[in-house]
Amino acid sequence: MTEFLGALTDPGLTFFRYAFFTGIFASIAFGIIGTFVVVRRISSIAGAIAHCVLGGIGAGLYCQQVLGIHWLTPTIGAIMAAIVAAFILAYVSFYSGQREDTVIGALWGIGMAIGLLFIARTPGYNDPMSYLFGNILLITKSDFLLVVLLDFLIVALVLLFYNRFVILCFDEEYGRIRGIPSSLYYLLLLLLVALTIVLLIRIVGIVMVIALLTLPPAISANFVKSISQMMIISILLCMFFIVSGLALSYPLDLPSGPVIIVIAGACYLLCLLLMKVYPTNK
Amino acid sequence: MLNQKKKVIVGIRCLSFSYNTTPVLRDVDLDIYQGDSICMVGPNGGGKSTLIKLILGLLTPGKGTITLFDTSPSQSRLRVGYVPQHVQFDPLFPISVIDVVKMGRIGRSSSLYYSRNDVSAAMDCLETMTIKHLAGKPFASLSGGERQRVLIARALATEGDLLILDEPTANIDNRTEEHLFELLEELTNRHTILVVTHDIGVAAGVFKRIACVNQQVVIHPTSELTGELIREMYVGNPQFIHHDHRCTFEQDND
Repeated sequence: MTEFLGALTDPGLTFFRYAFFTGIFASIAFGIIGTFVVVRRISSIAGAIAHCVLGGIGAGLYCQQVLGIHWLTPTIGAIMAAIVAAFILAYVSFYSGQREDTVIGALWGIGMAIGLLFIARTPGYNDPMSYLFGNILLITKSDFLLVVLLDFLIVALVLLFYNRFVILCFDEEYGRIRGIPSSLYYLLLLLLVALTIVLLIRIVGIVMVIALLTLPPAISANFVKSISQMMIISILLCMFFIVSGLALSYPLDLPSGPVIIVIAGACYLLCLLLMKVYPTNK
Repeated sequence: MLNQKKKVIVGIRCLSFSYNTTPVLRDVDLDIYQGDSICMVGPNGGGKSTLIKLILGLLTPGKGTITLFDTSPSQSRLRVGYVPQHVQFDPLFPISVIDVVKMGRIGRSSSLYYSRNDVSAAMDCLETMTIKHLAGKPFASLSGGERQRVLIARALATEGDLLILDEPTANIDNRTEEHLFELLEELTNRHTILVVTHDIGVAAGVFKRIACVNQQVVIHPTSELTGELIREMYVGNPQFIHHDHRCTFEQDND
């Protein structure tokens, strides 16, 4: 613990402070959007978006280093790929009916394949591992600022449209009958999911980001009475997982992403076990 | 007979609808009047739910026309209180009863939030359904019958001019069902109601008219509902008897 606090205050370890505060602030977006992902049951869609992001990261690296387009950073590429994936998935769920899961699986693989091909053609050493499994050394000040910006966006939108999002997650057809343009809100939700995912890829990586998105709401769902409570508890849990993961991984010299996920997973299992032993009626 | 000069709320003319190439409804003509109460019976897959989705503008007719309050269904469906057949909700979905009922108030104004007025209207509807005491309970913790009453309260909270209930008595036990029909009978005094049900025996005593839906729609006042009449109806549409044992008149003979 003292080592962790020392690392946080060490002027030579700015990346660690950025990782810490990015994690804290990203938890706000994660708790809110993760709650919708869990109750709307779209975690496989979120997974497909996350994996498509590698395509954008690869394209970003390639454009920067080979084509010399300097503004197209891997982060911008990731955001663009995530948004494109969200549009495709929203379109597919409106028009394709049962074939949705096939498209999810295809997008999942194609996104990764494109990313790996771009990375293979980009000169220099680019380790896809750090994108797949996270690397807090890569977190910069601009990542942190981006997270804060997104938090504002998500909190504002959810405060505005909370009631409508809740209806669409609970009973979409009824929402349509009540005059809510449900496809528009669904697209908005997927776009927010996409942006949220991009944010935490630096810390936990593409492969594990879905676990951090869905485990906190999955745990809190057992104890809460409303969606807003579920969001708040999920935010707190997500913060706890990230902070404790960072605090544990630093002195043990372990990669922080997997440590965070293992802690979250262990808490989830513990919670399931407790619910079995002491079933509550809420 | 019903006064034919009454205001038509739902007007269906020569309506046909098919899913891909499977015809579901053929040449349907049906008027629902203000103050009317109709129960819709018919075999599974006979087109009852499809007809309701068409009235609500969730589906578009292949042929023919539907008017709802003299305009298109999608324009005026906000004036309908609707109880869906299945709410496929997550059993862990954290929502209280009162929050479900408040959903019925959405769309009544352009406001994004519920007003104090909305909350008290929702409470009144829970009281009408005799479940005011459940207001704070999690929706997921209720029994099937209680959930149905919450969903009916949500439809009432809309304060619409037409109430449509799609199989409100599916999956609930007989005693609860009887109680539910008693509540519906009270509602028929104040609302125009269209109910889909399997239980023709109970429904016949509650509603003014009965609509048998099996690709086509045959409508009769429930006062004329005798064994003889139903037999005649079925001779014209033999598929009623073969496909739906519930739509026979055995309940009437009990």
